[in-house]
Order: sequence, then C-alpha cells, then structure tokens
Amino acid sequence: MKDWTQEPAHSIADAVRSGQVTARLVAEQHLAAIARRNDLLKAYTDITASRALARADAIDAVRAQGQPLPPLAGVPFAVKNLFDVDGLVTRAGSKINRDHAPSQQDATLVTRLEAAGAVLLGALNMGEYAYDFTGRNAHDGNSLNPHDTARMTGGSSGGSGGAAAAGLAAITLGSDTNGSIRVPASLCGLFGLKPSYGGLSRAGTFPFIASLDHVGPLARSVKDLALAYDAMRGADPLDPVCTAGTAAPVTPPLDAGIKGLRIARAGGYFTRMGEPKAFAAVDLVARALGAEGSVEFPEAHRARAAAFIITMIEGSALHHDRIRARPADFDPEVRDRLIAGAMLPGDWYVKAQKFRRWFQAEALKLFAETDLILAPATPTSAPLVDQQTFVLDGQTLPVRPNLGIFTQPISFIGLPVVTVPVWPEQGMPIGVQIIAAPGQEALALRAAHWLENQRIVHAKQAS
Amino acid sequence: MNDATEVDVKTYADTMAKALGLPLTAEYAPQVEANLAVAFRLVQLVLDFPLPDEAEPAPVFAAQGNQA
Repeated sequence: MKDWTQEPAHSIADAVRSGQVTARLVAEQHLAAIARRNDLLKAYTDITASRALARADAIDAVRAQGQPLPPLAGVPFAVKNLFDVDGLVTRAGSKINRDHAPSQQDATLVTRLEAAGAVLLGALNMGEYAYDFTGRNAHDGNSLNPHDTARMTGGSSGGSGGAAAAGLAAITLGSDTNGSIRVPASLCGLFGLKPSYGGLSRAGTFPFIASLDHVGPLARSVKDLALAYDAMRGADPLDPVCTAGTAAPVTPPLDAGIKGLRIARAGGYFTRMGEPKAFAAVDLVARALGAEGSVEFPEAHRARAAAFIITMIEGSALHHDRIRARPADFDPEVRDRLIAGAMLPGDWYVKAQKFRRWFQAEALKLFAETDLILAPATPTSAPLVDQQTFVLDGQTLPVRPNLGIFTQPISFIGLPVVTVPVWPEQGMPIGVQIIAAPGQEALALRAAHWLENQRIVHAKQAS
Repeated sequence: MNDATEVDVKTYADTMAKALGLPLTAEYAPQVEANLAVAFRLVQLVLDFPLPDEAEPAPVFAAQGNQA
C-alpha cells in the first residue's frame, strides 16, 4: 500500500479529488505515523484523531456524491499550539496557560484551511510563549530534529518543523516574530513562508509581540506553501493588522519562472557571523538564480538590536502578571529574559520603534532596483539539542538568541520571506531566505518553485 | 549610563526588582543579569543612532480604527 505520509500536500489533494485514495486512509496513515514516532520526536502535544477522521469521512462523502472537492481536500495539517483549536486548551508552549478553559472555537486560519478541505490532526510543540529559537521546551519535552534526533528542530515553531519534516503532517502552521518559522524551516530542511506583516490573520492565536507577530505555513514543497497561503489569505476583522485586503492569489503564477526577476544578494551584515555552510548555501542559490550583484540593508545590525529590545519589553509587558505571580512555573530560559525585560526603560522602546520606521523606509528603497534579496536563514545548521553556545566569527555566543541574527532584521520590517532548504553533500540542511517587497509573496514563491524544479533546493522527508 | 561596561547590572537588577515587585531570587539573578547585560549592550546601537525629534514611531494609531 502506498505510504501517503511521504507525499506532498498537492499530491495528496490530487489523489483524494481523483478518487485514487480516500481522505480517511490518508488521515489514518498519518495518525499511525504520529503514534509510532511522536514519543521520540515530541512534535505533537495534542492529537485530534476523532475530529480528523470525522472530517476525512465528510470529504469522502462529498466525493461519493459526485461533488467537486476544494484545493486541499484531505490534506493533513497541524498547528503550533498557540493556535486556538475548538475543545483544546491553547497552551502556547507554557504550563501556566494550561489552566485556561478549552477554546470554544478555532483560530481563523484553522477555519480557512478546513474550508479548503484540509484535515486537522492536532496541535504542535513549541518554545514557551514563542520566546525561543531552539524548539526546546521544559514542560512538554524538546522537539527533536527528525533528520538527526540528537539535534534541535529550531524554534519556536519546533513541532511545526519536526512534524512536517517527519511526514507527520503535510502542512504545518507556525508563528514568526523574529524568525520562528524560518529558523525551524532552515534546521529541518523545509520550505517556510513568513508572509508580509499583516498578510495572514493572527486571530485566535496567543500573542507574543503584537507589533512583530506573523503566522504562516511550513511544508515539503513550494506549491504546498502557495496552496496553503491562498486558502488562508484575506483580511480579517478580528485581527487589527490583517486589513490589507485580498492580494492576488500566489498559486497561479507559480510556474512563471525567474525570467525578468531582478535578484541580488544581501551584503554587509548578512555576510558575517555565520559558518561557511550558511554562506555556501547562499552562493549556490545565487549562482542558480543569476544573482550577481548585492544590496545592503543599511544599519541591519541596529535593526536586529532594535527588534531584540522591542521583543524584551513587549514580551515582558504581555507576561507582567504571570511573571510576578508564578515565576517558578515558567521555563527558566524564558523566565529570566522576561524578568530582565520588565526592568528596561520605556524610552528604549520608543527609540526602537522610531528606528524601525527609519529602517523600513531605507530598506524599501532597495526594491526600486531589485525584486528579491537572498540572505542566509540561520548562521549554522541544526545545533545539538542541549548545545548552549557556538562560535561565529571567532566569538563564542549563546545559541538561543543568536540563531535568529539573520531573520530578525527582516521580520522587524515585515517583509515577506520564503525559506528554501539547501542540502550540503554531507550533513544537515540549511536554509536561504528569499526576501521580497511587502505584498510580493508571489515573486519569492516563484523563485523558490523554480529552484525546487531545478533540484537546487528540496525538502527531504526523514525516514 | 547605557554603556554595558559602565552599568552595574547586579545593582540595577536588585533595585528594579524591589521597585517593581519582580521575583529576583538568587536562582534567577545570574541569568537575569546576563540578559540585562545583553540588552544594555544592544540598545546602545539604537540609542546611538541619530534621529530627528519629528521621527514617527513605526506603529501608527488610526482614529477610525483598523478596518478590515
């Protein structure tokens, strides 16, 4: 019998629509794979098996009636456990939020994916309250990298990376405040889409840093990212930053190729503080895309610093009461950052937000002369699970805050990014960011799809 | 004051924790202080950058609300 956990979402949907396989069989195979592997990988924290099977049966019933099926019919998906799922407690990676009542309804994006025919399998492990780049979690266990279980998934959407890479879901949703989709996509060898700020609704998700929070998909193919994005896009009155209206769909132009696209590498800041393999991956992608020149995000090091400060202060404000009342119930790695953040002066925050507007204006000028900008996604491939430090440009630095040095300046100004996975001849994968102007997700996806078709980049499913 | 090399983060942390009612135990203090030191170092990059008084912060309030 064919193993549908090995297939990308678009192949599963085609097969379900054509009657080659039932949605129920696809769901059952994925649930069986989760049962076999989740104790080790710790990708899922909640499994919604009966909901999944009921949903799959409903899709099969529609087909049996001869009615057309939607684009993601029967596609198994799962969501980072900061997304509300009807009947589940939204734990957001924490112990404390488990005292909350179960959600009464689904997050907007869960509703939209199900409306497109996708089948929810459950909720996924994450770094506590999303303040994390490692995928470690003191309460639920560390999510492990399916390509080498001695290594971390990256975070904070760690379970989203682990589940998609292991074939425990075809599409997963994560959140990305400073890099939390792009880091696990890089470390787990996946494609990831962090859309423009405000591009996808965050309604029904537990927040982290309201002024920086994004949500988006991870998958093993670019077409799956595009199909998922098209199923989820559109303004939402329940999210005050998701007001841009409906941009054009990104799936139809996916095969348009790279002709006419002006592509450059990010220079300066993005050429330092990484291991050689991070820059070799950018070299490979740049050569394939014919990106000969480079552009520089001015003062990118200050952008990273400003994002860091905004994150400390907004994060501490969000957890003001919890950090005072229940400090022992936090993951220690998160707690100590939040306590420090609560001590920082307010003028730092305002200055950082003023710098953000300056940096945005300067960065947007780059897109007058280029359509896409390439940069490393992470300074290294997946570190060991408990690794505390690494050496970048001769400096020994803590892993946890520094895995995001290349992602943080980009999300700081809300630019859309597709992360594409490069596989060195030996060893673990590492990602490259394809960065576009706001609202130009389609261009980044086009280039990523072309690279995938040329086999320059690809996702590999862990066995 | 904002130069990490000049700031005594231990004194700063102790004072702020008392003033703000923050739970700074002996167990938490070393990592809280380490995080403060990083913040003081990084913020210098923001505070050093000259911007005019008229510079607008990135988030902009809309009196009519944000209409989806």
